Amino acid sequence: MTQARTPWVIVPLAAIAIAYIALPFAALLQRTPWSDLGRLVSQPVVADALWLSITTAFAATGIAAVVGIPLAWVLARTRFPGRSAVRALITLPMVLPPVVGGAALLFAFGRRGLLGGPVFDSTGFVLPFSIWGVIAANTFVAMPFLVLTVESGLRAADARYEDAAATLGASRWTIFRRITIPNAAPSIIAGGVLCWARALGEFGATVTFAGNLQGRTQTMPLAVFLALESDRDAAIALSLVLIAVSLAVLVPLRDRWLAG
Amino acid sequence: MLRSIRTLAVTAPLVLAACGGGQDRDGTLTVFAAASLTDAFDELGDAYEAANPEVEVTLSYGASSSLREQILSGAPADLFASANRANVEELVDAGVSEEPVDFAANELQVVVPAGNPGGVTGLADLGRDELFIGLCAEEAPCGELARMVLDRAGITPAIDTSEPDVRALLTKVEAGELDAGLVYRTDVLASGSAVEGIDLPFEQNVITTYPIAVLRGAADGDAAVAFVDFVLSAEGAAILASFGFDAP
Amino acid sequence: MLIASIEVHLGALDLALELEVGDGEVVAILGPNGAGKTTALRAIAGLRALDGGRIVLDGTVLDDPATSTFVPTAQRPIGVVFQDYLLFPRLSALDNVAFGLLAHGRDKAEAKAEAMRWLERFDLGAHADARPATLSGGQAQRVALARALATEPRLLLLDEPLAALDAATRLQVRTELRRHLATFDGARLLVTHDPVDALVLADRLVIVEAGHVTQAGTPAEVAARPASRYVAQLVGINLLHGAASGARTVQLTSGMELTVADALPGPLVAVAIRPQAIALHRDQPGGSARNTWVATVVGLEADRDRVRVDLGGPVPVIAEVTPAAVAELRLEADAEVWASVKAVDLTTYER
Repeated sequence: MTQARTPWVIVPLAAIAIAYIALPFAALLQRTPWSDLGRLVSQPVVADALWLSITTAFAATGIAAVVGIPLAWVLARTRFPGRSAVRALITLPMVLPPVVGGAALLFAFGRRGLLGGPVFDSTGFVLPFSIWGVIAANTFVAMPFLVLTVESGLRAADARYEDAAATLGASRWTIFRRITIPNAAPSIIAGGVLCWARALGEFGATVTFAGNLQGRTQTMPLAVFLALESDRDAAIALSLVLIAVSLAVLVPLRDRWLAG
Repeated sequence: MLRSIRTLAVTAPLVLAACGGGQDRDGTLTVFAAASLTDAFDELGDAYEAANPEVEVTLSYGASSSLREQILSGAPADLFASANRANVEELVDAGVSEEPVDFAANELQVVVPAGNPGGVTGLADLGRDELFIGLCAEEAPCGELARMVLDRAGITPAIDTSEPDVRALLTKVEAGELDAGLVYRTDVLASGSAVEGIDLPFEQNVITTYPIAVLRGAADGDAAVAFVDFVLSAEGAAILASFGFDAP
Repeated sequence: MLIASIEVHLGALDLALELEVGDGEVVAILGPNGAGKTTALRAIAGLRALDGGRIVLDGTVLDDPATSTFVPTAQRPIGVVFQDYLLFPRLSALDNVAFGLLAHGRDKAEAKAEAMRWLERFDLGAHADARPATLSGGQAQRVALARALATEPRLLLLDEPLAALDAATRLQVRTELRRHLATFDGARLLVTHDPVDALVLADRLVIVEAGHVTQAGTPAEVAARPASRYVAQLVGINLLHGAASGARTVQLTSGMELTVADALPGPLVAVAIRPQAIALHRDQPGGSARNTWVATVVGLEADRDRVRVDLGGPVPVIAEVTPAAVAELRLEADAEVWASVKAVDLTTYER
């Protein structure tokens, strides 16, 4: 496995890193109640949580893409006063503890929230305690991953192709659709995968904002957390399911989702 | 002087479990207590330290079930005050705890935001679909208790969320995001003017007794027992009563 | 017909030039790197707005800061062949050529059919489905040209069209490009730093140095009377600066005086001397030559069947002699030799 001229100190350090990540998973597998696994995994709570997690992760990624890609374009290609402040703002959900994010979402979109209050009073619609709340929380914490990845991809892309397209008579929308986005496709995929993965694992903001109810807001991470307190075997089973699903998505993508 | 670590179950650091047995420094008592005991035990801890200056009381709060798991995983606690017997008994069976002593009692109340926007008058209202109702998660004692109470009263609650612990539930009620919840009377008191409590009729309610037990891994068993004695003393009982707890 | 007066402020460089390109003409902007040629082309393409001046194509004003008129690039009837061709990497050659047609509103089938016709006209039919990365330099250039011409522009702009090619390919492609350019009947403007490109492809040259036009004319005119050191070097003519010191004498900066045959055009002049007009002698020459001096050989360079002799001294020039003369005169580094040039072989013009 050694390539030519690898500094000798690199291999043991890399091995330590691999071991550090692998060991907890190995321990998890070792504690797995294999004989009982079938029964545990077929409980309705598992199916509910899994469906919820996957659906909301995809929904959040979709929303993040629709509004996040334009934002990435604005950050990468335009100049306006306060641009670095905007970028710092976008980075905040990545840095804040998710629970803080959830609390802030509550203050903004809850029934008595800044925006949520008037919406509830006039339409009776409320985000918390519904699947939309989960999607909202997921989008909040995961969108920055997509935005920043796509922004760096757009920056690195050669803007001269857009010049060429303009000389051929393409409108700005056509250029965006046929040149900019396809050229940025690798970073969009990478950003989308990061966003999806983050949304799938989201816990703090979801439970604080959307609450916890099987079938409606109880995502996999939440189910695992609660199961740990009462039924450890169920918790392990849930964890394995989540790991399996994640691998099923990440492995086929192989290197394609690494930006660049 | 009291340093109390309030840990909600959502952020309970399981890293404590990796520390191994409870090797505290001399003069430190680590008490794991149910979330609903937070304010009461803060003051009990303060009072105990005032009377025993050489001792430092460190408190760690969480859902009783979560704390039980941490202790089983080897968290370095000297004492465990649980919101129900079952959690402690499991520790006794596992050989990590001495026999517990009951030190307080609690009962449930319906909690509503100040002003009672949902117009809630009793348990029956918890079945109304149009209201936003929250309970503790089933795995937590207050959740188990609440469901038991509702079941016995023949009411199917229109639950919108089962919060992982009581503090999370109260936060949502205080904020007005929930119209009603079912929590301990002590919790209602602790939330002050942000919420109102509605008593349940005696026949609908269930009394919970709180046991406290000395853990076998305690560094200083005598100091732990002394703390239990304090809790059971007249002064301790008075402090508990001031927070809404009944005698056991 | 393109009529352009271009003023652009580029930080260190200020670009100010005027040019016209008629339909049926190929004009080359020729100049050293950094002279502002590409900027001028980008301004005409609309990729950069003018700071002053005016661009008019076929009577339509494309850019006029004074009246705040600016036609965006996409709406200008132009075609551009970029230096690196900029073929869209994920599209096939056919789709590249069809791109402009689709952008102009043709439906997909029509656009593809038309694109195919263009590719066949350039002998690229077999490569229609190839990705740009698999094409050779010459093929890519033809696709880029086809792509630019497919939308039937009124003005074709080419930015260093042969720069991306290696020397061997450049020769052949240059000839082909001349042929293809001839089939287009609109105005054609190309930008290059390579004088051979300009001389082969263009009907007229516009020399741009440091943001300004220093000379314009047909290749023959420019070669015959270079107006700047750059152009003179380009066409291989010696150029010396001097001041009029009499009706027909010029004093060079070195102090040496040269006698010319024609009347001087002004007080400050440039004197052009063809390398072939300089004669070298072992002894001081007599005869009709009025201009003689002692020179020192600084360098010798073989150039096919001639030798170019770099001479230092009061008249720093390059002379061109036969190899036999080199041997006979025993020319070698630091050797001293007499040089002379006839007055009639000196051309002067105003500086």
